[in-house]
Amino acid sequence: MADFFANYGSQMMRLIWEHLYISMIALGLGVIVAVPLGIGLTRTGKLATAVIGLASILQTVPSLALLALMIPLFGIGQVPAIIALFIYSLLPILRNTYTGMRGVNPALVDAARGMGMTEMQLIRKVELPQAAPVIMAGIRLSGTYVIAWAALASYIGAGGLGDFIFNGLNLYIPELIIGGTIPVTLLALLVDFGLGMVEKKVTPRNQVSG
Amino acid sequence: MIEFKNVSKIYGDGTKAVDDVSFTINEGEFVVLIGTSGSGKTTTMRMINRMIDSTSGEILIDGKNIKDENAVELRRRIGYVIQQTGLMPHMTVYENIVMVPKLLKWDKDKMRETAERLLKRVDMGNEFLDRYPQELSGGQQQRIGVIRALAANQDIILMDEPFGALDPITRDALQELVKHLQEEMGRTVVFVTHDMDEALKLADKIAIMSEGKVIQYDTPDNILAAPANEFVESFLGEDRLQQRSTMQTVDQVMVKTPITVTSDMTLAESIRVMRDRRVDTLFVTDMHHVLQGVVDFEGINKNRKKAETVSEIMSHVYYVKSGTLLSSVADKMLKRGYKNIPVVNEAGKLEGLVTRASLVDIVYDTIWGDDEEVESIPLETTQYQESE
Repeated sequence: MADFFANYGSQMMRLIWEHLYISMIALGLGVIVAVPLGIGLTRTGKLATAVIGLASILQTVPSLALLALMIPLFGIGQVPAIIALFIYSLLPILRNTYTGMRGVNPALVDAARGMGMTEMQLIRKVELPQAAPVIMAGIRLSGTYVIAWAALASYIGAGGLGDFIFNGLNLYIPELIIGGTIPVTLLALLVDFGLGMVEKKVTPRNQVSG
Repeated sequence: MIEFKNVSKIYGDGTKAVDDVSFTINEGEFVVLIGTSGSGKTTTMRMINRMIDSTSGEILIDGKNIKDENAVELRRRIGYVIQQTGLMPHMTVYENIVMVPKLLKWDKDKMRETAERLLKRVDMGNEFLDRYPQELSGGQQQRIGVIRALAANQDIILMDEPFGALDPITRDALQELVKHLQEEMGRTVVFVTHDMDEALKLADKIAIMSEGKVIQYDTPDNILAAPANEFVESFLGEDRLQQRSTMQTVDQVMVKTPITVTSDMTLAESIRVMRDRRVDTLFVTDMHHVLQGVVDFEGINKNRKKAETVSEIMSHVYYVKSGTLLSSVADKMLKRGYKNIPVVNEAGKLEGLVTRASLVDIVYDTIWGDDEEVESIPLETTQYQESE
């Protein structure tokens, strides 16, 4: 154990950072794109089904295959990895934003609109606070997925804890495999916990959780 | 003033929700739109604040076509109350009340003052301001729903079956409250319901709707006296039409000279009045004989050391306007247990008092109106007792 840290400790710190960095950028982009898109979709009719269907199809592409597909398009390294993970993060956030917004009690929307809120005010002051728990659940789900899948990103040269796991596999050093896997799991838990705190913060008091 | 001029609403699939409707709602009127579901009553109401846009025809508010106005600004001038209260569960009672004032960017002090004043008006204290709607009972929630629609001094209030989900006693109290508020503040109310009793109780005018058309638009009295056609008759029901012929108002049965004291009278003097006149309750009036409140024997006895004049200890009193139907007063006495209910005129002047004894008289007259029959009653009772 002590040996392992003496040999690989500093490298592990760097990989953890890389791992977190790739995942969080991908997740951040996912939130920036999917939340507004999800909100926008609640304002359209049939388009919503089409867009969510498309996102679901993207989700079914095997992760390794999607990463491999990135190579002819964007080469190797962190950029293609981030793009692939971003695509993966979209669906849970998009779907939860859409269902969360659609699930807001229609009486509240009717009352708010009838009292003279503009569409923007309606979204900001009524629908988003009401849908917050559902949207956050989507973001948390995406967060854990992205951390787990980022381990594969090492395959296209993006670095991260996947380096340990793949090296361990190739050279048959079980310590490396374990030394890569455990931090990935811990990171996933940590991110989920962190997002859980955010969820508490953005969920209005006295919200009837659905 | 709200004018409907040949207004129709036709949906894409050809359904005519509202079919060439024309009528006028004057300022300060309480108008009830009533009809079965699918009669177009809600659609008609929702066209006033442009939650639904009409397909053809014009709707004018104070002479201006509402389509020329920005829908959002129009809605901020019109109060809106819906059945499921529509209170925001993530906002406190205060935030809910001042929703529209906040949209209109009022300053904080003014909003606070408005919220506190309105809350007091519906007999709720300031401690409710920081609570959340879910912590309130259904009746309290709808009270907040009602004052939220008044908070920005809206001249027109739209109400869509606001009390449909409440139990009968709460509903009764809220109807009373809304009617009082409307009369007091002189607002125009457009109220949608399918409950004829509610309509008759609240409305200055009733618009009976069916299949998108207004069948009859008149005062409750006129509608009861002369239903426009068979549909209206069946909608009113046999019971109400028959009742109408025998309906009495409070004026016919009230005691004309209730015992009163003026608000500056001392407690000792009032006790003397009570003793002399053999009553346990005194109505307090001002110099102009306007009803202020009520004091009773227990109140005086309890506060005799603390207070000097009756004005300090008098309490709020439930009253009705002259011309109120006796049946509704009787209902109130039985349901809420009032011993007596004062009757005031338009200016608030005390006119008389309906007591439980007056009700006994009525029941007596109705059931044993004939003297001969009355005499047979004690006999029957005796027989009954003997057989026991």
